[in-house]
Amino acid sequence: MEPFNVLWLQGASCGGCTMAALDNGHSGWFADLARFGIDLIWHPSLSEATADEAVAIFERVADGAQRLDALVLEGAVLRGPNGTGRFNMLGGTHRAMLHWVRALAPCANYVVAAGSCAAFGGVPMAGSNPTDASGLQFAGVEAGGVLGAAFRSRAGLPVINIAGCAPHPGWIAETLAALALGGFDSEALDSFGRPRFYADHLAHHGCARNEYYEFKASAETLSQQGCLMEHLGCKATQAVGDCNQRGWNGGGSCTSGGGACIACTSPGFEASQNFMETAKLGGIPVGLPLDMPKAWFVALAALSKSATPKRVRANATADHVIVPPRTDHGRRK
Amino acid sequence: MTRRVTVGPFNRVEGDLEVRLDIDDGVVTSAEVTAPLYRGFEQILRGRPALDALTLAPRICGICSVSQSLAAAAALRAVDGLRAADNGVLAANLAHAAENAADHLTHFYLFFMPDFARDAYAARPWHPDIATRFKAVQGSAAQQMLPARARLLQIMGLLAGKWPHSLAFQPGGTTRAIDLGERVQLLSIIGDLRDVLERIVFADSLDNVLALDSAAALERWREGRGGDFARFLALADDLALDRLGRIALPLMSYGAYHGGDAPLFAAGVFDPATAQAHPLDPNDISEDVARAWMRDTSLRPSEAETDPDADKQAGYSWCKAPRLAGRPVEVGALARQAVDGDPLIRDLLARQGPNVSVRVIARLIETARLAAAMHDWARRLDLRAPFLGRAERRGEGAGIGLIEAARGSLGHWIELSDDKIRRYQIIAPTTWNFSPRDRDGVAGPLEQALAGTAVGDEGARSVAIQHIVRSFDPCMVCTAH
Repeated sequence: MEPFNVLWLQGASCGGCTMAALDNGHSGWFADLARFGIDLIWHPSLSEATADEAVAIFERVADGAQRLDALVLEGAVLRGPNGTGRFNMLGGTHRAMLHWVRALAPCANYVVAAGSCAAFGGVPMAGSNPTDASGLQFAGVEAGGVLGAAFRSRAGLPVINIAGCAPHPGWIAETLAALALGGFDSEALDSFGRPRFYADHLAHHGCARNEYYEFKASAETLSQQGCLMEHLGCKATQAVGDCNQRGWNGGGSCTSGGGACIACTSPGFEASQNFMETAKLGGIPVGLPLDMPKAWFVALAALSKSATPKRVRANATADHVIVPPRTDHGRRK
Repeated sequence: MTRRVTVGPFNRVEGDLEVRLDIDDGVVTSAEVTAPLYRGFEQILRGRPALDALTLAPRICGICSVSQSLAAAAALRAVDGLRAADNGVLAANLAHAAENAADHLTHFYLFFMPDFARDAYAARPWHPDIATRFKAVQGSAAQQMLPARARLLQIMGLLAGKWPHSLAFQPGGTTRAIDLGERVQLLSIIGDLRDVLERIVFADSLDNVLALDSAAALERWREGRGGDFARFLALADDLALDRLGRIALPLMSYGAYHGGDAPLFAAGVFDPATAQAHPLDPNDISEDVARAWMRDTSLRPSEAETDPDADKQAGYSWCKAPRLAGRPVEVGALARQAVDGDPLIRDLLARQGPNVSVRVIARLIETARLAAAMHDWARRLDLRAPFLGRAERRGEGAGIGLIEAARGSLGHWIELSDDKIRRYQIIAPTTWNFSPRDRDGVAGPLEQALAGTAVGDEGARSVAIQHIVRSFDPCMVCTAH
């Protein structure tokens, strides 16, 4: 079988998506790639080929001499200053990464953005966006980006956006493996180009704090066990991701670690401020659970608050369980 | 005749790098090091709510994100004169040590050793064995190391939710209190790290490794030994790696893993030229932009701004040139262990000074020391006490957070006004090591280490260049940030 060739480039990245990918699988990511016939023809953190050996690979791809199944970009594309891309040159080539992305993307069967920076611009776009950073096909929520809204890779798909900062190792590995397996079509992507196998879920699903959420028993400060939505900025009910269904680093997640979900899979997440504080209007959180009418949310919240069991209320503001569940002398009904 | 060659993209350096070499008669006479990426984190942070630094700063770097978090938390803590909860200090130490140990192993197995599998060494007797073991992506060592690394990073799942980029690290400690079962899980992961080090890396007990106290003891120990450390030592001998990448700049450490009476690894400066250690004064730190694509604001990080100028004619890097009392210094595991007085490292330095070989040795010895310390910290967690201290923040004034990342000294200088960030300045480890020249024309540590390297007819393709650059374990994404 022909290998599925992947060329991985890093633009304005922190390298964290690669670090996450290296965390994948019981046998290690390399073994996992081999299992699905994926050949990393070059990866900046991993490959032996360096300098002119690496440039030769890029040129063969750009010339069409080397088939490219997937171009993976990690990191935002910097367009500044003044459209030159000089904030991010590719070493040894006297050319900006902006140039290389534009040259190589049309050669690939699939173009994959690893992480929210390559997908939407991400953290480098925050604040005044000093480097004119952009994602491949989105700049924040605006379609377009570096390649343009109309861009389709050779296989006819828009950029596949493995959003997340950093994405779960499984999101990266499974997307690449699914592409190698074949049959990956536009039905597999949501409206922001995110693979639906993880983007059809909300980060809230499976959160270990779900009982606190149900009763609106809220943590008041960090390190408390209660729900983080009311006071501590948690956006898990609005952000896509199966974060709390598959464990991170063996079983963790942002919310299990005590931090709010900052919606890192969403375009423009970096534009928020006060990440660990819930924005409210008239005492009601501005960001309500997706698909939930505000009036119902307010009514249900009031009702569930009044029904909160003492145990849940007490534990919500403690950093460990101080009131255990009743044993009822072992009787079960 | 001098010819100038450009080497890049320089990979397996965490980010990208470009090096220009002047070569005369097969010897590098001068080097210029370019950090080709600038993202502008200091500009992005300006004007933000103070605590947003805890979300954004870790995203400077995906390989040392806990270090960036801890430097930001330390700077914020300094502004308000807070003290972190004891458990929070221990939990942060554990997560930080897990990251740093993972980074040292990642560097050794994925970034540094694959260069010895190159065809350039095909004639050496050890090449078939080393190529099978360390070939990039395909070698047997990486197949063992990646699952071990993933296991080690499960410490993040327990203490910090996830890695990289966690929100668990706060000025008052950490956000996740663990329970009895989770302490056992921690100790189990740390036991697995110890097991991997003893079986795969050292082929001996950590106690024996940590007892190595001189170059002579190391020589005796490695005789006939298996394991990847001894494999490296054999290579280093054959290729005389102790003669590569030599410099004699001061070695600096901010001190690492705080809490208790003293940090695990002491703070200070060790001068390999005189074998003397002396205290470190953070007021001696300056950053020069004479050859950086930056506008001149102030030499002092507590007063400087970061203002890029891509058209500056004298510039050749996005990296500023940090100096300690006006001099470049080398940072990293070698510096940490030298400053802390590790007898093996001090003895090796006395014989050869800083070089490619001793940088790698220091990293692996430090990993062994970390595994032992982690066990102790996990045992010391008091499961009835809080992990996060509560204190009122004022959010007004200036603070400095100085910590040690895997690659060396990391500092965040912050100034707050009305709980908003007025100024944020970051000097990362590779900013020190890969600094450009300063206004006096003094080259940075890597630039000095490359000068004098014999490259023969191979020029830019010389493997020696690869070894020297990677011996510093650079993190280019942090460098200009």
